[in-house]
Amino acid sequence: MSRIEKRFADLKAEGRAGLVTFITAGDPDHETCARILSGLPAAGADVIELGVPFTDPMADGPSIQAANLRALGNGASLRRTLDLVRDFRKSDNATPIVLMGYFNPISAYASASGGVDGFLADAKTAGVDGLIVVDLPPEEDDELCLPAIKAGVNFIRLATPTTDDARLPAVLANTSGFLYYVSIAGITGAAAPDSNAVAAAVARIKRHTDLPVGVGFGIRDGKRAAEIARVADAAVVGSALVERVAEAQAKGLDPAAHLLALVRELGDAVRAARR
Amino acid sequence: MTALNSYRSGPDERGHFGKFGGRFVAETLMPLILDLEKHYTAAKADPSFKAEMDYFFKDYVGRPSPLYYAEPLSKHLGGAKIYFKREELNHTGAHKINNCIGQILLAKRMGKTRIIAETGAGQHGVATATVAARFGLPCVVYMGEVDIARQQPNVFRMKLLGAEVRSVVSGSRTLKDAMNEAMRDWVTNVHDTFYIIGTVAGPHPYPQLVRDFQSVIGEETRAQIMEKEGRLPDSLVACIGGGSNAMGLFHPFLDDKDVAIQAVEAAGDGIDTDKHAASLARGVPGVLHGNRTFLLQDADGQITEAHSISAGLDYPGIGPEHAWLHDVGRVQYVSATDKEALEAFQLCSRLEGIIPALESAHALAHVMRVAPKLPKDHIMVVCLSGRGDKDIYTVANALGVQL
Repeated sequence: MSRIEKRFADLKAEGRAGLVTFITAGDPDHETCARILSGLPAAGADVIELGVPFTDPMADGPSIQAANLRALGNGASLRRTLDLVRDFRKSDNATPIVLMGYFNPISAYASASGGVDGFLADAKTAGVDGLIVVDLPPEEDDELCLPAIKAGVNFIRLATPTTDDARLPAVLANTSGFLYYVSIAGITGAAAPDSNAVAAAVARIKRHTDLPVGVGFGIRDGKRAAEIARVADAAVVGSALVERVAEAQAKGLDPAAHLLALVRELGDAVRAARR
Repeated sequence: MTALNSYRSGPDERGHFGKFGGRFVAETLMPLILDLEKHYTAAKADPSFKAEMDYFFKDYVGRPSPLYYAEPLSKHLGGAKIYFKREELNHTGAHKINNCIGQILLAKRMGKTRIIAETGAGQHGVATATVAARFGLPCVVYMGEVDIARQQPNVFRMKLLGAEVRSVVSGSRTLKDAMNEAMRDWVTNVHDTFYIIGTVAGPHPYPQLVRDFQSVIGEETRAQIMEKEGRLPDSLVACIGGGSNAMGLFHPFLDDKDVAIQAVEAAGDGIDTDKHAASLARGVPGVLHGNRTFLLQDADGQITEAHSISAGLDYPGIGPEHAWLHDVGRVQYVSATDKEALEAFQLCSRLEGIIPALESAHALAHVMRVAPKLPKDHIMVVCLSGRGDKDIYTVANALGVQL
């Protein structure tokens, strides 16, 4: 059982939804990001998504684009991202870490490491549990998804409102760990749909799979996170968190403390949602 | 890909040209891409679609475009007999309109009610705004802030045509960033929006359908040169950014092994400097904007900025079919610098009375290099992909002239 599977099994046993937090690796710089990372579990993050910085994040809104540029400006890379994971694992061997990003940085890493198997081995050794690669749909499964499954790394797929019942089985076929339901057709940081629509979508997906379903896009505060936590297995928060980094920098605050304060609010809300 | 009985059989059913191409898009777009492919396959089999294309090509675009013997230039260079395929005489002044007619007819068939596009030099933006106006659909064109500054005439043209031009301020603020922003719009408005991609790039089936719509260039050239010379040309030359005018000219000739084919990338300050747009000469394979192709990138897989005096060639990638033709060696990919293109721009204007687009001037720069060494019976066709009116401010600036 992978760390992700174990974590969702535990959450189910506790009878609550999980909080999945997204941050961009190396944002705003390597050292501060390492502090954020190590503070996330205690603040209430059940699963950590670590964004791999990329110059051209085509599915991301302005907040995460800016986070990518901050990180890249301070020397972030996939290699440095794996360093962050390795350091995190020295003190936390339970919280799942999922790398999230675009295929090109992985492809470049693979070229320099004897192929995707080299990348997967390095990622697994560093302590990575799963991958979300935005621009690898099921049609391109042999690029990374199938090798990842073989290497024992979960490949987490996105489903969206445009993924209809006819297509859903293809999306679910090689998905493991959990399914990430993107609750609107749009980019990260966009407005959220109403909870009823999300509940209906989750119910539709659940008719096709026993995998846990995490729901993201448009969750900005504890209230909204709690609403999602009532209808899904996890609430995923990203843009609102990385905005805290920019806000802290603008106000001269500590980005780590400012970001983790929001994680605490979200974590408390998710834990209280079904009581 | 099976044994190369033909260079014209690609892509395979998954959109691959050899190891290039594919469908590297977010899940939100995937159902739409599959739907587009379905509709395109149906359209190709429907005689009324071709009839409609033919009608608009003839009466709206002004096709066929002439194949013109550039006698003064040929004599000046003293070698090959040079013909211009005059795509700059098309409505809107470039080859871009060919593809836009095809795509908007597809959009109509799919019931889409909103058009978006990216543009670099503004030629594709103008062509898209034009067909959107003609078919009564609202249109948003994404254009990098840097390109907006250097292509003011085209920005105003698009606005006159009723399009909204959205300035893109992310990244390098040029064509690749405009494409990122268009894809973000598309993902957000997938239910009603058709994305008219301007070049032979993007996720399958775009590289194929743009090629098919542009192939009219090569098909006409074939018939015209047979009529004028009674034989096929010895060589073809075209400039290449994403590569749509080049692919349109080349594709009908790929299996004619005696026709040498050369494509000219933008070398900017030189391919050994860090300011160029030569994806094949200096890039490595990677994945961007929905396809695997040669990309300008660093060792970490971060996309680096392209540079060219020509906004239309200022892109860090290239169409996947070109990447494959490069790999298998069927097409020879060369380059021309900003400086060489500027010289060709001026020479063509003075000798032929034709002001070429800076993009096309890259092809002419290569012609200037090779034509003098070729025999007089060597027939060379160069694609004059666009007219240069849009570039006069850029050229004046480069020549130190205040307008």
